[in-house]
Amino acid sequence: MASLPVDLEDLIVCSKCDLLHRKATLSVAARAKCARCGTVLLVSRPRAIGQVLALALTAAVLMTVVVFTPFLQLQSGQFVSRASVFDTVMTFSEGIMLPLSFAVAVSIVVLPLTRLLALIYAFLPLFFGRSALPYAKVSFALAERLRPWAMAEIFMVGVAVALVKLSSLATLSVGPAFWSFAAIVLVVALKDTLMCRYSLWSLLDRAGA
Amino acid sequence: MITARAAGLVGCQSCGRANSQGQTRCVRCGSRIDSRTPRSLQHVWAWMAVGLIAYVPANTYPMLITSTVGDRQESTIMGGIIDLVEHGSYGVALIVFVASILVPVGKFIAIGYLAFCIPRRMQNPHSLLHLHEVVEFIGRWSMIDVFVVAILAALVQFDLIATINPGIAAVCFALSVVFTMVSAQSFDTRDIWDRVEETSAGT
Repeated sequence: MASLPVDLEDLIVCSKCDLLHRKATLSVAARAKCARCGTVLLVSRPRAIGQVLALALTAAVLMTVVVFTPFLQLQSGQFVSRASVFDTVMTFSEGIMLPLSFAVAVSIVVLPLTRLLALIYAFLPLFFGRSALPYAKVSFALAERLRPWAMAEIFMVGVAVALVKLSSLATLSVGPAFWSFAAIVLVVALKDTLMCRYSLWSLLDRAGA
Repeated sequence: MITARAAGLVGCQSCGRANSQGQTRCVRCGSRIDSRTPRSLQHVWAWMAVGLIAYVPANTYPMLITSTVGDRQESTIMGGIIDLVEHGSYGVALIVFVASILVPVGKFIAIGYLAFCIPRRMQNPHSLLHLHEVVEFIGRWSMIDVFVVAILAALVQFDLIATINPGIAAVCFALSVVFTMVSAQSFDTRDIWDRVEETSAGT
């Protein structure tokens, strides 16, 4: 134990198995894995922050298109029905279904958007070489914690299933919101793979947040 | 190889920072930290039990209520899948079957298996960790059916001719998915690896 360095900042602890690693021995590789359980600890990609921010901003802009433009249009004879994401959320807004309406809204719009905005808030000043804003760390921690609860990509598969179920009843066409939602799913997936949690945390550390 | 606990440190699970013992919040990211999550398995079992309870009405009550002129049809999860098969959309029927039946049931079994094996130091830690990752990844996908119901109900509102409304099972099903997700997240994967440490310390 005497051989342990005093500076705790030079250590990385594996979140899955608690194994202690020295940063110096890890950062040589482009992609460092835990020596015991194989969990990826850090990916060194120096310019990732610019790409991550660009993708997050793109997704945030697309999200506004999604919420207010028609998502799907259903035509059966002379009857036309359009649904935006907003309408989808509101279908459950009566009585006992209210919690479900709330859950759908939160998991497909509110949480994905919160994650994006929190990330932008934490890292945009850093990208322009300024010091971090207050609560930058809190907002990044929030963005990370919400990750499993943002379900935009699952909603997309749900849309596909609904399309098939209705195809025998009526003519369906997709609106602009559908395409921008599909784009968001791709952009967010790309952003999450480019992001290395550990590097971003140490970036925040250095910026004195 | 030495763990943070053996070195007298506490690792932060959200940012990987090593903290000195006695700290309750990570010095870097402010997350709550514990060397090992206390009573994690009790949380796992409890959340899984509520998840199971919610899964029963999710299957017996109607998921969709379709009303056409003078006619009212209620369909459960399984009924919806059978409808799809009768329409010949086998692919979609398979997606819904996997997402609403196979994944939830498989998840209950997998969580139970993990919660049974971990305290008894059974199984290879690598395969347990892998199983846990699969359960965490796949659990969210069960929400597909809830979203399908939401979309159908939003689109099909032609007052007199046909309307689709969500049934009570949609709420139960969504709750069941959420509870099992929390259950899977309640595992402390570091427990899996502690026995490796114990056996090497013993020899």
